[in-house]
Amino acid sequence: MNTLPPTLTDWIAAKGWSLHPHQQDMLSRAKDPATLLIAPTGGGKTLAGFLPTLAELADGRLRGLHTLYISPLKALTADIRRNLRAPVEGANLPIRIEDRTGDTTYTQRRRQRADPPHILLTTPESLALLLSYEAAPRIFAGLQRVIVDEIHALAESKRGDQLMLCLSRLETLSPGLRRVGLSATVEDPLALARFLSPTGCAILTADPGPDPDIAMLETDTPPPWSGGGGRYAIPAILEQVKRHTTTLIFHNTRAQAELFFRDLWLANEDSLPIGIHHGSLAREQRERVETAMTEGKLRAIVCTGSLDLGIDWGDVDLVIQVGAPKNVKRLVQRIGRANHRYNAPSKALLIPANRFEVVECRAALDAVRDHTLDGEPRGPGPKDVLCQHILLVACSAPFAADDLYAEVTRAGPYADLNRRDFDACLDFVATGGYALAAYDRWQRLQQTGPLWHLRDPRAAAVIRQNLGTIIDTETLKVRLKSRFGGTPLGEVEEAFAATLTPGDTFLIGGEVVRYEGLREMTVEVTRQPGRDPKVATFNGTKFATSTLLTERILTMFQQESWPDLPAHTAGWLALQRQVSRLPQSDRLLVESFPHDGREHLAIYGFAGRNAMQTLALLVTKRMEEAGLAPLGFVATDYATLIWGLEPVTDPAPLFELDALRDGLEGWLGGNAVMKRTFRATAIIAGLIERSHQGRRKTGRQATFSTDILYDTLRKYDPDHLLLRVTREEAERGLVDFSRIEDMLARVQGRIDCLRLTRVTPLAAPLFLEPSKIPVQGQGRERLVAEAAERLMRDAGLT
Amino acid sequence: MTSYPFTLADADLMALPSGALHWPAQSTLCVSDLHLGKSGRMARRGGSLLPPYEVRATLEKLDADIETTHPARVICLGDSFDDLTAVGELEDHARLWLARLMAGRDWVWIEGNHDAGPVEIGGSHRAELRLGALTFRHIASGPGGEISGHYHPKARLGGTARPCFLLDTDRLILPAYGHYTGGLPCEDVTLQSLMRPKALAILTGPRVIPMPMPRR
Repeated sequence: MNTLPPTLTDWIAAKGWSLHPHQQDMLSRAKDPATLLIAPTGGGKTLAGFLPTLAELADGRLRGLHTLYISPLKALTADIRRNLRAPVEGANLPIRIEDRTGDTTYTQRRRQRADPPHILLTTPESLALLLSYEAAPRIFAGLQRVIVDEIHALAESKRGDQLMLCLSRLETLSPGLRRVGLSATVEDPLALARFLSPTGCAILTADPGPDPDIAMLETDTPPPWSGGGGRYAIPAILEQVKRHTTTLIFHNTRAQAELFFRDLWLANEDSLPIGIHHGSLAREQRERVETAMTEGKLRAIVCTGSLDLGIDWGDVDLVIQVGAPKNVKRLVQRIGRANHRYNAPSKALLIPANRFEVVECRAALDAVRDHTLDGEPRGPGPKDVLCQHILLVACSAPFAADDLYAEVTRAGPYADLNRRDFDACLDFVATGGYALAAYDRWQRLQQTGPLWHLRDPRAAAVIRQNLGTIIDTETLKVRLKSRFGGTPLGEVEEAFAATLTPGDTFLIGGEVVRYEGLREMTVEVTRQPGRDPKVATFNGTKFATSTLLTERILTMFQQESWPDLPAHTAGWLALQRQVSRLPQSDRLLVESFPHDGREHLAIYGFAGRNAMQTLALLVTKRMEEAGLAPLGFVATDYATLIWGLEPVTDPAPLFELDALRDGLEGWLGGNAVMKRTFRATAIIAGLIERSHQGRRKTGRQATFSTDILYDTLRKYDPDHLLLRVTREEAERGLVDFSRIEDMLARVQGRIDCLRLTRVTPLAAPLFLEPSKIPVQGQGRERLVAEAAERLMRDAGLT
Repeated sequence: MTSYPFTLADADLMALPSGALHWPAQSTLCVSDLHLGKSGRMARRGGSLLPPYEVRATLEKLDADIETTHPARVICLGDSFDDLTAVGELEDHARLWLARLMAGRDWVWIEGNHDAGPVEIGGSHRAELRLGALTFRHIASGPGGEISGHYHPKARLGGTARPCFLLDTDRLILPAYGHYTGGLPCEDVTLQSLMRPKALAILTGPRVIPMPMPRR
């Protein structure tokens, strides 16, 4: 058993603290090869992870890198460094702690490679980069422990798959390496343990603490009929901010956070110090807010998922969630952000943004009360991530295929990977993996004897620049216009920037700015206080509402009346029941009505945003074939709204499962969702390079869209690895076909089609959804031709 | 509209949906910026291994246009190959295909900035070509009756960007015909200053769509 050094024990005692049982357990199991600790926020789980390291390093005999700490957030590494400094300096321990992220300076990163600290705090991407250097074996040779923080969050994305591959690599470089995973409460601890270590992993569970104090905020003004943002609740929210020390106000998207922050600021008559924090803001901006927060200078922060995870803000005593939480597990984790004292209940308020979300919030509250968590089982490790990993390994040193295969299958997500799939990935990385034999002289990897290596070692630099599995939408930096570069304000999506003309205004960082022009791929703006903004359409990650929540909502719909719901929402549901129907779990409600010169079809499938989007794509394809000229659609978690030039009178044929499944195969072709999935896959697997800020050419574009590559592969090489990966990826991710199958199985052909004369209460919010997706078909060709003719006529040309 | 008829320097021309230009009176077909061998060039330079099908895709399209227009003369308006090495690396299959398309036709390779200098593949090689009142060259530079390529113009309409012809009373700029080619938005300052105020953008795609050239 490990024991703490006396100086540390004294320091803890002097603080009046004592170790929690799970912290003690971590210490006594320090020699275990793999441990997963599940503890609520505020349970001191990060310290629990580090205690064995502090004990082992206390006598100052060990040199070099001992412990690697990996967190999903850059901000978290800086925070942990601050928090660890207290015990290390307090107990006078001879331990050097440094962090290394994308923000670390070049000089410091070089120094860290030459002389690594005892404890290195980093992110999965920075670790991958570090492993790609030739020096990696030397840096990691003596590594003893790896701590993966917030592993539950990492395990939900490809970042986790990449990290587990990197851990396998680390174990090759330093056999006997011990792994520790730190996780918030999850629905399936065994699966997470297998993810961390497929050869066996102990699970420690801390006392979950008392139930949270959570409620829906009742306001004098009812939430609006539709839309998002929760701005109606601003007076009530300000009141809550005044009554608490520090409040975190979570939003589901960045755009909503921006709009909310601006209006909150306008209503903030007492000038309470309130900040905003989200991933689109410039680093300098975010750091300023983080520092002010740590110093206790802010009363509230308007934020998004960027503050979902672990930064210990100390005095947060209230969490407000604006908009429906979509997922109970995430809600529980967010609630945990309040009151970081162990064994004190966290306090949280839910603010539904509109009437529908009142229902969803009610369902979420019930689920939290019943301790039910949602979660979808994860599929096997994705192959595009594996392709990138093979490139990364090749950058660091030549390798033998057998060895690398063995190493890869020691990673949890790839434990079941067969050799054929591995070889296909290797072939893709080396030759492109095309049916047409090409590039034999110009292979990316070549084999000399048993070893694979880069044909051109200079390619390593490009490969390193493309490491990572987070695929951002193309963004442009926003700066204040000035002769000397100008203050960076943040980023907007390129597609959004393309819609701007000089003079347009939009919101960023809570202020209204005026678009002045584009200079060297930077959006130049001037401040324009007091003007109404044109809404920024940049989005955060879109989460689909979980099966658990949608089922609870459908069940709630079947109540005769809704005493648990505020009167305005109960009245709205009653009105829907009166003019149309309320959706049921075992039937599919379809409404058809004209509006604003277009025919509309609302399908209430309640299958989550991604599946509803797929359903829309399949149904619009069938409508196109039937000559119904669909023009576009929008999908939400509960419904899909399709508009077109012709009315749908008999929807039943549109929903035949076999036909939909056929459509899935055929349609997998030319649609936007598949192309988006392909783009991400192609970037991760290394088929194309990311476009880096500032590196893009401003003149004639040398690049062309990945859509062309996608169409080319479909036509000439339909069995190509990347198309197979895109299909798998889409079916379980953006396409989510399984939830359509579940829904249709539930419904068993019981489709209720109602022809109505106008928009129904339940359909109204759909019209305000952003992210409308056009259908490229006859309908659109008709409209484009008409628009061009009009322009010609207006210009006096014929 | 399957193709857009117009007049430039008294010549009656047709813009085809594929991005090719047809001059029936001279039995001439003109295409620009084929960029054959682009994937090979990228691979050679240690970059990505793109799907090696752009030669096939481009030749298929050209084959189809030749099939419909039966031209006696084909003018490739420069940047036909991504670079000179790409000519040497052309696969036998593609080389034969090209030879078949060239057979019995007056085939003119105009020099581009990517493939300056003669290519060892038959046909005639010119810096520029005058035919009647029209001048064919790679980069727009002169007055009156000029047909050029080089810029890969494209225009947005209804949310999608498509390669387009740019046409005014003096000149025509062709879209890039090659399969792996990006584009330069019409709003770019170079194109804006090249084209006269009342210029048209003729969008390619399933069919040609003429519209006023988008202005800044």
